[in-house]
Amino acid sequence: MMHVSYNAPPELKRLQQRALPIGGLLFGILVFGFLSNRGQFFRSYLFAFSFWTGISVGSLALLMLQHLTGGGWGLVIRRLLEAATRTLPLMLLLFLPIIAGAHWLYPWTHAEEIAKNPALVEKVRLYLNLQFFVVRAAIYFAVWLTLAFFLNRWSKLQDQTGERRFTKNMRVLSGPGFILFVFTVTFASIDWFMSLDPEWSSTIYGFIFVASWSLSALAFVIAALAMLTKYEPLKTVVAPLHFQDLGKLLLALVMLWSYFAFSQFLIIWSGNLPEEIRWYLPRTKGAWGVIALAVVVLHFAFPFLFLLSRSLKRNPHKLVLVAGLILVMRLLDLLWMITPNFTGDHFHVSWMDIVAPLAMGGLWLAVFGRQLSKRALIPINDPQFETVLQQAHSHSAHSVV
Amino acid sequence: MSDEKRESFSETEPHEADDLHLSVSRRRRVAPTLYGIMGEFNNPSDLVAAARRTYEAGYRRINGYSPYPIEELSEAIGFTRTSLPLIVLIGGIIGGLGGFFMQYWMEVIAYPLNVGGKPYNSWPAFIPITFECTVLVAAFAAVLGMLVLNKLPQPYHPVFNAPNFALATRDRFFLVIEANDPRFNHDETTQFLNTVGARNVSDVEI
Repeated sequence: MMHVSYNAPPELKRLQQRALPIGGLLFGILVFGFLSNRGQFFRSYLFAFSFWTGISVGSLALLMLQHLTGGGWGLVIRRLLEAATRTLPLMLLLFLPIIAGAHWLYPWTHAEEIAKNPALVEKVRLYLNLQFFVVRAAIYFAVWLTLAFFLNRWSKLQDQTGERRFTKNMRVLSGPGFILFVFTVTFASIDWFMSLDPEWSSTIYGFIFVASWSLSALAFVIAALAMLTKYEPLKTVVAPLHFQDLGKLLLALVMLWSYFAFSQFLIIWSGNLPEEIRWYLPRTKGAWGVIALAVVVLHFAFPFLFLLSRSLKRNPHKLVLVAGLILVMRLLDLLWMITPNFTGDHFHVSWMDIVAPLAMGGLWLAVFGRQLSKRALIPINDPQFETVLQQAHSHSAHSVV
Repeated sequence: MSDEKRESFSETEPHEADDLHLSVSRRRRVAPTLYGIMGEFNNPSDLVAAARRTYEAGYRRINGYSPYPIEELSEAIGFTRTSLPLIVLIGGIIGGLGGFFMQYWMEVIAYPLNVGGKPYNSWPAFIPITFECTVLVAAFAAVLGMLVLNKLPQPYHPVFNAPNFALATRDRFFLVIEANDPRFNHDETTQFLNTVGARNVSDVEI
């Protein structure tokens, strides 16, 4: 037992070697989009950004959650979550084009049109102006990067020294950190996505992003864990029990997201006020209506029914399919939320809506893979490590993976 | 008349009593006075290991007792299938359909009311109560189904006759091989429990 290596398998290198050139190549193709149709480029870019930032920030939330609760499920995904939070500097860099393209994205940057609408003049003067927008974004990233920095640093020191105080530090930071996460994500989603339509507002909008970003992060981590369990060292550490716990959490987050998303719909549908229902009308007609229905069935109903089953949750090969489906549906849901702000009733999806998430994903995965291979895949000096290892061994002989 | 009646009663009564007596004695003859044999263990891992070996040795009617739930134990004694999830699922489906159609019946058939010009069958407004009813009936099905399946509450159970069994709520772990197990043999089973590491083995009387 003493000489077991917990370093990342060499197969992880292949991910980096493939993801980086593919991401780079697709970004090269996107340059043509930028030159030919700047408005569409920034819309697709914002859409892609909303997805990948969600995985980074959602991973930060799950990382703090598992420090607060403890448990084997958190220990086996901790290094994946930490690596995902270390992609935040990349997301900060990728945010800069959105500031540059604000004029193409946000109607509140058009002073002459705002002047025509007295309801918006004060809103824009006090809150929705580009200077304050940039300051607020800086605050969100500062909070996320600070939390990610300390949680990663203490985790590394815990690995090196095995001192208990780092475990305590991480737990103490995670409580207030989680509250900060909810506040920053609420404001960030209002700034970046809800203000695409400055006259429309929904008070539950921020919570939809709190739930959906955490959900996409968990789906991603489950998929990554299922793939890494094919190789050592995780093969002997991760047990069906861990997948079952992660599957339960996935079910809880699917239900939480459905609850928030449906609450927004129910309240606006019941009120049926012209300034609110305006947001749903184009999104429930024609092709967008079909997508809305697909989101209800494949983002809620199917994962919900599937994840009720104990044996399916314990089977990583099947759980990874649900996690993949949820990631695809997250993309579709974000497209459904963001795009009709620009196109209205008219259904239009550009080739850039497909290329942009893939291009950004290439860069994101390359950074993720590189960060993941830097440390042991399991926090070996965590006080819970021995227990987790015992769980895995007592199960491995008697249950089929 | 009344005398005759009393006579006929007095004639039948001993007969019935006799019958009752017979049935009791018949039951006594079939059922053994031994409920099973119990082994005591110091810690949960010993109990789980012993339970696994007992199951592997071919015993099927076995049960474990511990102060707190041990996840591996039910698996070790071969208790892998339970119909409780199915009962809860059926309860949930009944609750969901019942909740939805209760509202449908009220809003569309029994007392149609025009609310804000919306259609009578305003299904989005029905969803919260449909959800609540699903949870309610599923929860009832879970609790009642659990009680039916594990036969609780049980005012009497033979294992409480065993010495030291009071420690099952504190720090001792117990494994019982029941006497109606096909492989059960008093001496062999006692011997077997000794070999799998029990610190003490005793008979459990009914």
